[in-house]
Amino acid sequence: MIELSDYLMLGGILFSISVAGIFLNRKNVIILLMCIELMLLAVNMNFIAFSHFLGDIAGQVFVFFILTVAAAEAAIGLAILVVVFRSKQTINVQDLDTLKG
Amino acid sequence: MGFEKFLFYVFAAIVVVAAGMVVTRRNPVHAVLFLVLAFVGSAGLWMLLEAEFLAIVLVLVYVGAVMVLFLFVVMMLDVEIAALKAQFIRYLPLGLLIAFVMLVEIFLVVGPGNFGLEQFAKPLAQPADYSNTTELGMVLYTVYLYPFEIAAVILLVAIVAAIRLTLRRRPDNKYIDPSKQVYVRKGPDRVRIVQVASEPRRVVPQQQAAPAEGEVKAE
Repeated sequence: MIELSDYLMLGGILFSISVAGIFLNRKNVIILLMCIELMLLAVNMNFIAFSHFLGDIAGQVFVFFILTVAAAEAAIGLAILVVVFRSKQTINVQDLDTLKG
Repeated sequence: MGFEKFLFYVFAAIVVVAAGMVVTRRNPVHAVLFLVLAFVGSAGLWMLLEAEFLAIVLVLVYVGAVMVLFLFVVMMLDVEIAALKAQFIRYLPLGLLIAFVMLVEIFLVVGPGNFGLEQFAKPLAQPADYSNTTELGMVLYTVYLYPFEIAAVILLVAIVAAIRLTLRRRPDNKYIDPSKQVYVRKGPDRVRIVQVASEPRRVVPQQQAAPAEGEVKAE
């Protein structure tokens, strides 16, 4: 039978892959946003696995809210990206140094 | 190995391979398409976990709306891929090291020793007339009504923010300002009588016959 730890380990693998992706693609903002989406997917996987194995539907409600917030975040992030590209003609993170951070 | 376990491994393999492709592909369009594959694979896994409503929402809302938005933006921006991938190899060892350490830590915590079948037994299968959507709705509109309203407001804020951020007025664009338009008064604003200096008549009226034509030309 499928154990709870199987799903949790799958979530861990997904999360680690997206962390590695953030390090590998640290110049491309679009891929960074996609890695964040993958991280949220890994977290959602854990929520639903616990919801199933504990018999508590509250976990699925939380996944619902996470999906809502992630959609809003993606929409605003991509809008900011479009504005940045329009003014700078690049989305390279290292060229976005106007604030001297 | 039961059929369910087999399905789990198939979907898990799809998700992991697709996630690996997302972070390693050079072309962002390919990365978005592999991300779509990862989401579809997770929807299958959520079906195995009896979260049918969320699995369908993941495909409809996430793949259908958010990923298409990503695809729009990726294709709209003329991105120089080569420059963005220049230091890919340089950060490969560091990224892999950190990911590996994190993976080992996670495995130590969530391994079968702590979250195996002894601790969390397989729950009983739901009856045939059980509806996941109904159950979710019953909780969502009663216990979680207030967070639900807040989620709606968050979506509204996202809509307004995204439109406001990307809206731009072109200087050569002619448009009417409705707020000024409704303040127009009847007398001085709406009708403006322009006095145009009348020009001397040159064309001969119709009553005069053809002989008059020569006169006009002579003038």
